[in-house]
Amino acid sequence: MPDEPTTRKTILIDPVTRIEGHAKITLHLDAHGRVADAQLHVTQFRGFEKFCEGRPFTEMPSLMARICGICPVSHLIASAKACDALMAVRIPRAAEKLRRIFGLAQVLQSHALSFFHLSSPDFILGFDSDPARRHIFGVAAESPEIARNGIRLRQFGQQIIERLGGKRIHPAWVVPGGVSEPLSVANRDAILVALPEMLTIAQLTLEWFKGVTENFREEITSFGNFPTLFLGIVKDDGGLTFYDGKIRIVDAGGYVVATGLDPATYNDFLGEKVEPFTYLKSTYYKPKGYPEGIYRVGPLARLNIADRFGTRRADQEMAEFHEIQRTAVLSSFHYHHARLIEILYCVERMQQLLDDPEILSKHVRAIARPNSEEGVGVAEAPRGTLIHHYKIDDHGSMRWANMIIATGHNGLAMNRSILQVARHFVHAERLEEGMLNRVEAVIRAYDPCLSCSTHADGRLALAIQLVAPDGAVIDELRRK
Amino acid sequence: MSKLRLATVWLDGCSGCHMSFLDLDERLLAVAEKADLVYSPLVDQKEFPAGVDIALVEGAVSSEDDLHKIQVVRARTRILVSLGDCAVTANVPSMRNKFPLQMSLDRAYKENVTLDPGTPTQGVPALLEKVRPIHEVVPVDVFIPGCPPSADTIFYAVSELLEGRSPDLSPRTRFGA
Ligand code: SF4
Repeated sequence: MPDEPTTRKTILIDPVTRIEGHAKITLHLDAHGRVADAQLHVTQFRGFEKFCEGRPFTEMPSLMARICGICPVSHLIASAKACDALMAVRIPRAAEKLRRIFGLAQVLQSHALSFFHLSSPDFILGFDSDPARRHIFGVAAESPEIARNGIRLRQFGQQIIERLGGKRIHPAWVVPGGVSEPLSVANRDAILVALPEMLTIAQLTLEWFKGVTENFREEITSFGNFPTLFLGIVKDDGGLTFYDGKIRIVDAGGYVVATGLDPATYNDFLGEKVEPFTYLKSTYYKPKGYPEGIYRVGPLARLNIADRFGTRRADQEMAEFHEIQRTAVLSSFHYHHARLIEILYCVERMQQLLDDPEILSKHVRAIARPNSEEGVGVAEAPRGTLIHHYKIDDHGSMRWANMIIATGHNGLAMNRSILQVARHFVHAERLEEGMLNRVEAVIRAYDPCLSCSTHADGRLALAIQLVAPDGAVIDELRRK
Repeated sequence: MSKLRLATVWLDGCSGCHMSFLDLDERLLAVAEKADLVYSPLVDQKEFPAGVDIALVEGAVSSEDDLHKIQVVRARTRILVSLGDCAVTANVPSMRNKFPLQMSLDRAYKENVTLDPGTPTQGVPALLEKVRPIHEVVPVDVFIPGCPPSADTIFYAVSELLEGRSPDLSPRTRFGA
């Protein structure tokens, strides 16, 4: 294909596969065939912030859970917490603990899905392996044990959700004021009995992954390896939490930039920006402005901001994790490692919560009318901080809502990451599938939840277009 | 006998129906023995292939791309299955139908914004004014209601279809199940 200085090429990856949701990527090449710019397009738009209007606020947890079938429990919890604030109630202690277990079960199943079902084909079969086999069934053929462990871990998380909430996806059990049913002895014991097996799987997987990390040096240096801020919630003592805490922000050096920020005041320090090329709004830290206020959330961020997990094995692993880099750990490739440590933590923490006799208490729900016209709920979803913000009228009907989802926090960082990895690996003159798979793989590392919509239309597989300055397509090369 | 060709497709849904499919757990491997998963968010195939025997489609039709995609799926698929309430009735996605589309977009991209308000238009599909269920756009062969249908229901339906029988779903699932 002739390369004239007056033309520019675009490489389109459409759709990005093995991620949770729909996205495509455009790589813009300069006149010399080098990657000049990269854009991640998220084509999701659903309108929850508008169509909830006029509905009773008590409906919100079940409705908002339908934002996402992968992390519905996080939406349930953040939504129910916003509703708790609208009612101005403090929920019973047992209800809070049950919600915590529920949340941990979901982090566990979602992390298992991300690591095993979606990303492990790249590690086990290789980034450059045959795309026709590069999936969980290919893993099952190559390393049956790893595939079975992944399926088992995810199943375990889903089974806990079913035992507590009545069904695996979109349970209605988390309600404003607490939860709808207490935990039975039989269900508690059934979960407890399976924990040792899960601990073993979690540890084996972590050991295996640490052992193969060496093989991915080039990916580590180029998969979103740059300084940013990191954001998440922590407990008052600086420990990691998924359920409740104050926002802390650290910089790339690992130093605390801000801490003790009340999530209800998120609007004071987080800005939301519209990018014309995606339905995903990007957030940034206001005091640093845009784009310098770029930050990351999720497993990597949580390990960078929290002082400790507060469980024995996870704390040992955290200490080892921080040996990777004396500052904050910066490469987004390490999201995977952080995710596996969090799986271990989820198992350990569930054991602690279930060993507490109070978990069987029958007092699990506070009943109240709406008492406040505005409420904010926050939780750490598997992929990062999730904020639900509602306003209601005197009758409890929704007037307005705003949600900041984890993937939005990571929007700027994901865009910068695909640019970095594409500059490193993609050579337009000798384009290979494996190069583009790495551009997709960095997106997989963030485990974005882009679910809900599509752009993929079956017309374009993978195309390189030669585009004139006026936008006309001069030539096109297609790969199937 | 050669294996049947199975596909799964996401339109405008929450992915919960796909998660329920994954809740087949070990039974996934059993399905994989009987059928090849030739197109799905779980595999790296970029283009919907020809000659698909069974396509499970999650979600409603909300954008220009959904519209085009479901037509391609229909043309290349023998048995098209509407999986879940969003596919069957348009369910949650269609809740935006009671507002003009621009009002919904304005809430997200004008009102709740700090910087550069405005509707994104580059490289993203145009949205349809009204969200519609799949059978209003193309003929559908099998309907599986539920939000989502349980893994047992999906396993039963897929097993029956793989055996060449038509599943009887009414005793097994319902809207909102
Ligand atoms: S039917 Fe329910 S679970 Fe399935 S995509 Fe729609 S909202 Fe999600």
